[in-house]
Amino acid sequence: MRNPVLKVEDLSVHFEVDGESRWFRREREVVRAVDGVSFELGAAETLGIVGESGCGKSTLARAILGLVKPDAGRVVWLGDNLIGLDEDAMRKKRRELQLIFQDPLGSLDPRMTVGQIVGEPLRNFFPSMSGIQVRERVAGMLKMVGIAPELINRYPHEFSGGQCQRIGIARALVVNPRLVVCDEPVSALDVSIQAQIVNLLKELQKKLQLSLIFIAHDLSVVQHVSDRVLVMYLGKVMEIASRDQLYADPRHPYTRALIEAVPIPDPVAERARQRRALGGELPSPTNPPSGCVFRTRCPYATDDCARTTPPLDEIDEGRRVACIRQDVVPTGRVLPKPPRSGAVE
Amino acid sequence: MTAESTTPPREPDAFEQAMDRRPVKGRSLWVDAWHRLKRNKAALAGAGLLVVIVVMVTIGPMLNPWDHEIPDWDHYSTPPSLETGHLMGTDALGRDLFERVMVGGRISLLVGLVATLVSLFIGVLYGATAGYLGGRVDNWMMRAVDAIYALPFMFFVILLMVVFGRNIFLIFVAIGAVNWLDMARIVRGQTLSLKNKAFIEAARASGATERQVIVRHIIPNLLGVVAVYVSLTIPQVILVESFLSFLGLGVQEPLTSWGALVNEGAQELETAPWSLLFPAAFLAATLFAFNFLGDGLRDALDPRDR
Repeated sequence: MRNPVLKVEDLSVHFEVDGESRWFRREREVVRAVDGVSFELGAAETLGIVGESGCGKSTLARAILGLVKPDAGRVVWLGDNLIGLDEDAMRKKRRELQLIFQDPLGSLDPRMTVGQIVGEPLRNFFPSMSGIQVRERVAGMLKMVGIAPELINRYPHEFSGGQCQRIGIARALVVNPRLVVCDEPVSALDVSIQAQIVNLLKELQKKLQLSLIFIAHDLSVVQHVSDRVLVMYLGKVMEIASRDQLYADPRHPYTRALIEAVPIPDPVAERARQRRALGGELPSPTNPPSGCVFRTRCPYATDDCARTTPPLDEIDEGRRVACIRQDVVPTGRVLPKPPRSGAVE
Repeated sequence: MTAESTTPPREPDAFEQAMDRRPVKGRSLWVDAWHRLKRNKAALAGAGLLVVIVVMVTIGPMLNPWDHEIPDWDHYSTPPSLETGHLMGTDALGRDLFERVMVGGRISLLVGLVATLVSLFIGVLYGATAGYLGGRVDNWMMRAVDAIYALPFMFFVILLMVVFGRNIFLIFVAIGAVNWLDMARIVRGQTLSLKNKAFIEAARASGATERQVIVRHIIPNLLGVVAVYVSLTIPQVILVESFLSFLGLGVQEPLTSWGALVNEGAQELETAPWSLLFPAAFLAATLFAFNFLGDGLRDALDPRDR
């Protein structure tokens, strides 16, 4: 990429957790939530991050924003490394990097009115703004996300999930950020509302020229919003490619398995389909498999996969895959191309 | 003019109208809470009753000609009467009961208020710190609380009396010093559950400092529980004080408190029922009022349940 706004290099986040307790001493175990993740993000680009629950997507998001301390690696935002900045400097940077949460209601303080919630980032980042200016800006922002500004005195519990998420979006965007990380912004909403929120995000992205990191486990949503997609498994990047490349020809066995698991919205085709569900469970992140972390569930794994950690090789222009069995992984589409794709082109 | 532009100017629909309306003025938690409290009749009645009692206790003794120490030699154990001027009668020693109930009320309310404030201050600060910092600090801080819990309260009070001598001020300190333990535990538990909520992380992501997170998000969300607990602590403290007085460790004659008066009155129940009735009525009314007010405050401070 020529001019990435965000460059994540070899980022790792490890957590110490309590293991088995033995008398007065507790064994400490290390969870490698994010392990050596690298990617780049361009201006006004959307990067989708997909993976199973517990694969480190949310931790990656929090590490980028400095809400979790990474153990290694760099997060370079517009040329500045954010890792190692002190609290104050990081706080100033956060104006440009905002976060949208998974739980729409839980991310809003139940004792604050909507006006106070959306106004809070303004009060934090621009303490010199007058009350009237804040109110004007909050009202404008609420209007932009489709909430009537006269509702500023309502409390979060008086709104529906979709409305709460709109308020969360307003709070993230009110300070004019350049990058917004959406941590599963629609997975708590029902499907019709998901579409509204996703389309709102896309529309606002276009209007405000935002870079988006869109985390989800729903592949169809990611396909709809992303320019590029990053597939994570057990804290590591399995594959990163442009959306069209990834869906047309997934090159990593895990990506193929994920796409295969997406139901086809056509009962006849769905019934006729031969499914090979991914066997096994996600291995414990405290004790990941040696070599390729996916090998325990991979149909193409050999002894070599246990010995060597597969490098994230660039196999095509702008596409990287961490798999040494490229010669045997099938190519081409996993799913038949839907007659009319949901993706807006 | 072009003939093509025939579409008439569309009336804005209801949604657009709503969007264009000026935003209303912002409201704060406190203004809002006050509005909700005003709608709660029981809480308002409780607050009103408390005001009346406090005013009576404050200015009552100034208007009353009798003294709480000096007996009226002509009237021993007389029932309430306007003729004698003893509105609530006199006790077995001929002291004016009205005066004694008012003076006792000063002590009881003062003990309740000061001891509760002490426990509120220490407890909230200690509990919130332990809960917010978590981990090892929390562990040590709470083990210290457990250790103090293990001390028998009476032993602690007697020890204080022996070391520092008998003193009303010591009662405040003693009760407060024990009561903050409960407050600390409650606040710590609440903080622990609050600090992992998504809105705390959201506040941090939107540039709030640690101090702002605590002041703007943690403390307002603690208020409901604390308000209820305070309203329960004040009556509890008043009762503890009367128990201490009964044991001879609390206020001493000729000074008195509601607890001490109830105790005296109970002994003369058959001969002079009024000497139990009046202090008991004041004590009960105060306890009720605090409970209603505390309940109302909790509801008023929580926007969710209306």
